[in-house]
Amino acid sequence: MKSFSYERASNAGQAAARAAEVPGAMFVAGGTNLLDLMKLEIETPRHLIDVNGLGLDKVEETEEGGLRLGALVSNTDLAADDRVRRDYPVLTRALVAGASGQLRNKATTAGNLLQRTRCPYFYDTAMPCNKRSPGEGCGALSEGAFSRQLGIIGTSDSCIATHPSDMAVALRVLDAVVETVTPSGATRRIPLEEFHQLPGDTPEKETALMDGELITSVVLPAPVGGKQAYYKARDRASYAFALVSVALIRQPDGSGRVALGGVAPKPWRRPEADAELPNGARAVMARLLDGARPTEENTFKITLAERTLASMLAEE
Amino acid sequence: MEFNKPADQNLFDRSKVVGKPHTRIDGPLKVSGQAPYAYERHDVVDGQLVGYPVGSTIAKGRITSMNTEAAKKAPGVKAVVTTLDIEPLGIWDYNAARLFGGDKVEHYHQAIAVVVAETFEQARAAAALIETSYDVEQAKFDLKSEFERLQGTGEPDTVGNFDEAFAAAPVTLDEVYTTPSESHAMMEPHASIVDWSDGGDMKLWTSNQMIEWGRQALAKIFSIDPDRISLESPYIGGGFGAKLWVCSDAVLAAVGSRAAGRPVKLAMPRPFVANNTTHRSATIQRIKIGAAEDGKITAISHEAASHTLLGGSGENAIAQTPYFYAGDNRYIIHHPVEMNLPEANAMRAPGETAGLMALEIAMDEMAEKLDMDPVEFRIANDTQIKPGNPMKPFSDRHFVECLRRGADAFGWADRNKTPGGQRDGNWLIGHGMAGAYRGAPTMKSGARVRLKDGSLTVETDMTDIGTGSYTILAQTAAETMGLPLEAVDVQLGKSSYPVSSGSGGQWGAASSTAGVYAACVALRQQIAERLGLEDPRFEGGNVVDGDMETALVDIAQGEELVAEDTMEFGDFKKNMVHATFGAHFVEVGVHAGTGETRVRRMLAACDAGRILNPITARSQVIGGMTMGTGGALSEELALDQGRGFFANHDLAGYEVAVHADIPHQEVIFLDTLDVSATPLKAKGVGELGLCGVAAAIANAAYNATGVRVRDYPVTLDKMIDKLPAI
Ligand SMILES: Cc1cc2nc3c(=O)[nH]c(=O)nc-3n(C[C@H](O)[C@H](O)[C@H](O)COP(=O)(O)OP(=O)(O)OC[C@H]3O[C@@H](n4cnc5c(N)ncnc54)[C@H](O)[C@@H]3O)c2cc1C
Ligand code: SF4
Repeated sequence: MKSFSYERASNAGQAAARAAEVPGAMFVAGGTNLLDLMKLEIETPRHLIDVNGLGLDKVEETEEGGLRLGALVSNTDLAADDRVRRDYPVLTRALVAGASGQLRNKATTAGNLLQRTRCPYFYDTAMPCNKRSPGEGCGALSEGAFSRQLGIIGTSDSCIATHPSDMAVALRVLDAVVETVTPSGATRRIPLEEFHQLPGDTPEKETALMDGELITSVVLPAPVGGKQAYYKARDRASYAFALVSVALIRQPDGSGRVALGGVAPKPWRRPEADAELPNGARAVMARLLDGARPTEENTFKITLAERTLASMLAEE
Repeated sequence: MEFNKPADQNLFDRSKVVGKPHTRIDGPLKVSGQAPYAYERHDVVDGQLVGYPVGSTIAKGRITSMNTEAAKKAPGVKAVVTTLDIEPLGIWDYNAARLFGGDKVEHYHQAIAVVVAETFEQARAAAALIETSYDVEQAKFDLKSEFERLQGTGEPDTVGNFDEAFAAAPVTLDEVYTTPSESHAMMEPHASIVDWSDGGDMKLWTSNQMIEWGRQALAKIFSIDPDRISLESPYIGGGFGAKLWVCSDAVLAAVGSRAAGRPVKLAMPRPFVANNTTHRSATIQRIKIGAAEDGKITAISHEAASHTLLGGSGENAIAQTPYFYAGDNRYIIHHPVEMNLPEANAMRAPGETAGLMALEIAMDEMAEKLDMDPVEFRIANDTQIKPGNPMKPFSDRHFVECLRRGADAFGWADRNKTPGGQRDGNWLIGHGMAGAYRGAPTMKSGARVRLKDGSLTVETDMTDIGTGSYTILAQTAAETMGLPLEAVDVQLGKSSYPVSSGSGGQWGAASSTAGVYAACVALRQQIAERLGLEDPRFEGGNVVDGDMETALVDIAQGEELVAEDTMEFGDFKKNMVHATFGAHFVEVGVHAGTGETRVRRMLAACDAGRILNPITARSQVIGGMTMGTGGALSEELALDQGRGFFANHDLAGYEVAVHADIPHQEVIFLDTLDVSATPLKAKGVGELGLCGVAAAIANAAYNATGVRVRDYPVTLDKMIDKLPAI
């Protein structure tokens, strides 16, 4: 870990302004991802702005009948919120499928969205990684590399990492919108769909956020009802990242929405795949995973995604 | 004392303390954070600095240069020592990896430098500033192709004529199985505090299972007199064989201490546990079995390969095959394959763990081919001698009883026998079983006892790696001296204490209790002589002879009586095979859609001689079953075959079983006594619980789905294409 300076922010606009002004500044929320990365010198901020005191730790109702989830609400509190459990059960299920109880107590809404990939080569600084050190090459794409956990779609020749969040997959299927404040004090609303970016030639650039921009909340539109489910397929029963996860909302008429985790650099959803839901899992995946480019080790994710969805659809 | 003939009826057959369920006497210290582990021993020596290791980033080659300038100038840094600064250090007898010194790199994360600083953060930050250049050499990491090349070569252990018998057998099996490399992944990483400030006497506070081996190893590594080395390791946060050895934590702390002139403490960063220390080697195993229609095995061949550094022995997956099942014609061989991976060495039940993972699937497959119940098939092939050698009987073998008792208690007879034929919602339900076999060696073991004012202190360099040694040794001493358990204080893990068996190879409990017994017998003799008695009894805190009763409190009137002895095990033991046996029964659910396998209940029936303490023994067995669940379903050190390193080197990537993976576990101990094992008639259980359990799970997954997976771990990707449509 490189040495760094530290300050506590008490105002969101100022925090963003400071982040843009101080060289090498980063925000820290729960610290459950950032501190690990700092210890390994994968992230090397020179200055930390602690955003825990910004008062962004509430879940509030919006005028549109939805919910505004504060950026600093812990994953535990968010999952347990009565309104979330009643109206957005897919979100609660996704949250409790993530990490462990202890981690969820510290992890926050914004931090969870911004957690970095779990690609093992990203995590080993002796290995080449375009995401960590642009231009170095991708350790996971070389002969004999271990790529079982990595992405199958939306990836590029420079990076095949996945975004590991469970929460984000549920937010995507719920059409959530990220609210921010920029260093100039302006506020922005970024649909989750546009929030995470595909790697292309710049896998180091992961989100639509500009330098210093602070997430203040995530807004859920009014509840859409339907049957909501989240299934996370993994090698052990808890405390493991998804091989594939499926967030599903299904209406009585058979229409609905589906998003995947564990397969792409962002929560993976396509409107044309949603439209196929009445026609079953195979039809959905034909659209949703069209253009997939798995490695030899992770082709199974295509079958796994289809079978996971099929068994969820068969459940009723 | 020498144990030179089978034990007669003795005091342990009338025991009041041994064999009774006592909770761990060190438990309260541990759960309240008062049992200090190596890295936390802040008070043992003043002026401790902190060391941080640097590991090689290539698997094979030579270091051409190392730039340490920036690291040396970094804040708080007191010393930087690189591997180029010193001559290659020695390698101890049971190890293959050179821990430090010289320019040669033999595996990824081999220690190549240590940075010593005032604080941990300073040392770690400075370590990242060291720049190293290498001449990289190509290396091969493909065990499968090496195995193909080696098959049929070497000098197998043979009985009869395997080829002929196999060709003639009406029912045969010929399959290849693989097991991955595994990490011990114990909670406490290797850690040491070393004071070698003046380069004279070396003092270590460390986490090590084998105190005397540790002393001898350090002496050889540094070419110094073992008498100048002292070592303490009273509490160990898990070892599983990873801490049988001195590892580079101790070596780097020593080198760093000498360079800085102050004591240095150093804990392995988690990734180093996988790539710097030892691990269980991957194996590839071809098993052929031929049997007559009645289920009697006529031919068995087990040919295996595993990787190792030059001079090591890898994972001897054939370990059980010469002993476990009958069969007159046998062909058994293990090929160690040299590979530039971290040192492959003992991990809990080395050999049998990987071997039974394969053999016990093969047995399941054979039973199916024979249309026999897998329990009955095993019973049909039980043997009371080492197959092919009538002169070598088992000392005490109740494998059949394990199978029968286990099957009954589990409700085996009621299971669905048709693969894929039972369902509960989204889950396909399956049942599987496997046999367990693990050798029961004993090692010479010493102890010293001190009696003062009616309280007894036991001193031995035996270790407690979380197993319960403190408790069973206290029970043994209390029983032998006729004292209540509370009157006994057990002190372990110091090199100034008599040399014990240490903890490894599941020999610890059986051997070290015998050693404590020997020391107590010596003390009893001393007391008897003092009182002028022939052969008094020791009970209820008194020495009793006829009508005469003297309280132990009053014997020496404030004086301390000290006795010391070592239990040696005589040659008569070599004429028989000592082993422990078990049978595992498991119910799993396999998700019909995803192919995820989850254990629903598991049961083990164990034959391991006298159970010294049912609570601690059960903990060992359920711990083994838990580890076996990880081994069956998720544990794999993922090898990057291009670069030659284990890529998933942290506990988020290397998936051991977690609580949610472990449902109901039941353990049955047979009431057996092995009179030729030790005076206590006891054998170990620490490794038995792991043996075979993974295969029982794999067999249950087969029964659930009809999909046979022969490559561990049994993950969903190996089944998903073969599961029925939804
Ligand atoms: C062992 C382990 C297992 C895990 N398993 C899972 C899992 O199965 N599923 C899952 O979804 N997650 C998992 N996680 C990840 C966990 O969910 C994240 O670490 C956590 O959500 C991050 O939240 P945080 O508040 O601690 O973020 P921090 O670590 O504080 O920050 C993360 C990033 O977000 C930035 N940031 C924080 N707040 C803001 C803000 N308001 N505006 C702008 N930027 C901000 C920080 O600068 C940093 O870059 C696991 C983590 C661990 C360590
Ligand atoms: S997949 Fe992406 S994160 Fe992983 S090594 Fe390649 S570039 Fe880095």
